Amino acid sequence: MDTPITLITGTRKGIGRYLAEHYVRCGHRVVGCSRGDVDWSLDGYQHYVADVSDEQAARRIFTDVRKKYGRLDHLINNAGIGSMNHSLLTPLSTVNAVLNTNVVGTFLFCREAAKLMKTNAYGRIVNLTTVAVPLKLEGEAIYVASKAAVLSLTGVLARELAPFGITVNAVGPVAIETDLIRSVPKEKIDRLVSRQAIPRLGTAADVANVIDFYLLRTSGFITGQCLFLGGV
Amino acid sequence: MKPELVSLILNAVQELGEHNGVPLPTALDGDTPLFGRDGLLDSLGLVTLVVAVEQAIEDELGVSVSLADERALSQRASPYRTVGALADYAGSLIRAAA
Ligand SMILES: NC(=O)c1ccc[n+]([C@@H]2O[C@H](COP(=O)([O-])OP(=O)(O)OC[C@H]3O[C@@H](n4cnc5c(N)ncnc54)[C@H](OP(=O)(O)O)[C@@H]3O)[C@@H](O)[C@H]2O)c1
Repeated sequence: MDTPITLITGTRKGIGRYLAEHYVRCGHRVVGCSRGDVDWSLDGYQHYVADVSDEQAARRIFTDVRKKYGRLDHLINNAGIGSMNHSLLTPLSTVNAVLNTNVVGTFLFCREAAKLMKTNAYGRIVNLTTVAVPLKLEGEAIYVASKAAVLSLTGVLARELAPFGITVNAVGPVAIETDLIRSVPKEKIDRLVSRQAIPRLGTAADVANVIDFYLLRTSGFITGQCLFLGGV
Repeated sequence: MKPELVSLILNAVQELGEHNGVPLPTALDGDTPLFGRDGLLDSLGLVTLVVAVEQAIEDELGVSVSLADERALSQRASPYRTVGALADYAGSLIRAAA
């Protein structure tokens, strides 16, 4: 079988970096992007400096992937930002930034990836959402709303892209120690963890495990689903 | 540029006929209706054609444009209604990108 081509957004750090390393270890050719450059490098990984909500920048990545590999097998929409703040204290600029990265960026990458995947009648798209959506976590209104939108997109795109052999699924992690949640007070994280069936923090490996399953060739009949970690 | 784009689109239409079993009339030209009234394509066929045309423009003209358009379903203004309309629309985007 050909080497799988896997595009992951938001790879500079956190879960995205873990996923890039994980899929390189699995033998994939990994293409990644983030707004900043990476201070690490890996054989089998190529980085683009691109904001996921920038249409031109996104198209450049896909043009390159098409020229180089002629196809794309997997897309993992991991790039995401949050705003851990009471809604009454959230500036409009933050609202726009969160929606742009989490919703517009995810949509754009799904759209462009699907064009490329469709030529091969095969593709796997995985979007990152969060348990904060079903838990209606207070203090993160716009972040939660953006991730609820990602969930809706996943469901609708699953239907629109099914005729092209593309599946679209989501994974919803619990709190994982990355920069994203660094500013969240410990008591709040503890309260969140206590609402899970299995009360512990998550790891990037827990996320990769779910994505591994969605990416399997044999998972072709699984689409439009979201798997929440920790028993939420 | 228009004749070039028309022929690029016609090639993509031909290919769609061959690979996706879309029944095509014997004569194809700029006036051939694509989508909407008397159009050759259903909505999945249209999506496939638009992507194929975007990729052909990228390969042959070296320009990357998105042929997405809000007026897809409009009977009068849709850039997808005929081969010629799509060529005009693509041409305007290519000029804007230059
Ligand atoms: N950590 C958690 O507790 C948790 C829980 C549930 C869900 N998630 C989800 O998991 C995903 C990854 O989160 P994380 O915890 O790894 O966060 P993180 O450590 O803050 O990393 C975010 C990554 O996304 C990139 N990024 C941010 N905005 C971008 C943009 N507009 N365009 C391109 N890249 C962008 C960042 O790089 P640059 O700064 O260089 O752009 C960075 O590599 C997010 O979607 C998040 O919502 C995380």
